[in-house]
Amino acid sequence: MLEAKDVTVAYQRKVVLAGVSLAVEPGLVIALSGPSGCGKSTLARVLALMLRPRSGQVSVDGVAVRGWRQRADRRLRTSVALIYQSPRQAVDPRLTLTEVIAEPLAANGRPDPERVRALARETGLTEDLLTRRPHEVSEGQLQRACLARALSLEPRYLICDEMTTMLDASTQALLVGVVDAYRERTGAGVLAISHDTVLLDRWADRVIDFTGPGVPAAPAATASTPDA
Amino acid sequence: MTTQGRLLRAEGLTVTFRIPGGTVRAVSDANFTVRPGRCLALVGESGCGKSVLAHALLGLLPGNATVSGAAWLEGDGEPVELLSAPPAVLAGRVRGRRIGLIPQSPATHLTPVRTARAQLTEALRELGSAQRADDLVMRYGLRPADLDRYPHELSGGMAQRVANAMALAGDPWLVLADEPTSGLDRPLVEKAMGTLRELCDEGRAVLLITHDLRAAEQVADDIAVMYASRLVEQGPAARVFARPRHPYTAGLLAAQPDREFAPIPGLPPELTRLPEGCAFRPRCPRADDACAALPAFGGGVACHHPLETADA
Repeated sequence: MLEAKDVTVAYQRKVVLAGVSLAVEPGLVIALSGPSGCGKSTLARVLALMLRPRSGQVSVDGVAVRGWRQRADRRLRTSVALIYQSPRQAVDPRLTLTEVIAEPLAANGRPDPERVRALARETGLTEDLLTRRPHEVSEGQLQRACLARALSLEPRYLICDEMTTMLDASTQALLVGVVDAYRERTGAGVLAISHDTVLLDRWADRVIDFTGPGVPAAPAATASTPDA
Repeated sequence: MTTQGRLLRAEGLTVTFRIPGGTVRAVSDANFTVRPGRCLALVGESGCGKSVLAHALLGLLPGNATVSGAAWLEGDGEPVELLSAPPAVLAGRVRGRRIGLIPQSPATHLTPVRTARAQLTEALRELGSAQRADDLVMRYGLRPADLDRYPHELSGGMAQRVANAMALAGDPWLVLADEPTSGLDRPLVEKAMGTLRELCDEGRAVLLITHDLRAAEQVADDIAVMYASRLVEQGPAARVFARPRHPYTAGLLAAQPDREFAPIPGLPPELTRLPEGCAFRPRCPRADDACAALPAFGGGVACHHPLETADA
């Protein structure tokens, strides 16, 4: 179980999450839906051990998280992977797609070119794309590489933060299919964050509406909020 | 709005780019018509050439682009051929006045160092419009006070509304909306589509460019499907969504999460290395030897083996 208990996050004085609890169970797809700006992505970063909450606890399979970002325990940190909405902002523009996928394995002292090739095949990336750099491939192709990278260390939990929002229907179906095949093979838990309820209804075992009870609505704005 | 004789008619519109080591074919031989009171949605996956097509119509392509074919803007006196029109004609008589552009990611389209009001007022002044900025934005659901904000102080939906107001400042009859929904969440997408529908209902023509089939279905009267630089299917939206004829259209629709949710196998070809014949052939379940030849466009579809429809 990947669990957040009573998590509060504030950026300066603006409270973004106030006492939020959420559990991602192994083998299931838990979905988080809600409007832009409600704190979904902030919660994703907390659960991926990339943002230390002001208060509250996070635990991974029963082990309490004590350090965050580079101070996080390596075993805990690599057991949760995060995939972002915009792949272009999530990769080093100087690396080839092969290097993008291989990066986590190399950083953990376990370079494995065979596994990198297998991941590329799994995500439908062809040989000629693997030697290119991010600016030479499309958004959809780059997101495939980001998913391959996220799966490279066999995480126990996968957080997909608007993974397919920018992509066409076919690429969306492919990426979701790859995540589901991985989940079925390894029993990993998935947290799917999206505002697309049609997608979540199809994909998730359970949808949590992030403006529901126990979860704060977006902080009251001082000016008009025509998006509400 | 009087719509007498107005239409946009593209004939054999083709755009290529010279790049080091090759040529990118971004748009190949596109034929379509956009009419007042109707919304034509141009759909296709990212990188298929649809935004290039919009930019070609506005004369906004970079210097390494080569354009051929024709795009006639008719009505309001002498027809203007957009692809060959001098820059002064496009700037002085077309952009903003007869064709308005709703850009992709409005928040980055606005100048970050000036308030929304300064930018909208400038657009109104340059276009010689008698409208007031306050009245214009209220039509699109913003408060006048919101105009005094800088772009970074606007939410995605508010920036979208400012962009709409700017696009319509010169009262154009044709609106090009280039991926107007990217980055917006679903309720905002639906609002944006509702606004486009209202523009049609006022008698304007809308050309919507999007990869979002659900958004297109919500607003479009007609659909044109683009694959690897070519229009492969065109028709009334209701028919295309219910009974697609091109296997690519059928594949895109089947990939929707409320349908089969199955991807089309393979990847689209590179626009620098388009195959001979039908570009969809390597991914197509119906392909055979006939597909080595480029299929002609007929009956709303460019395919040697179109799916049969009940009324075909």
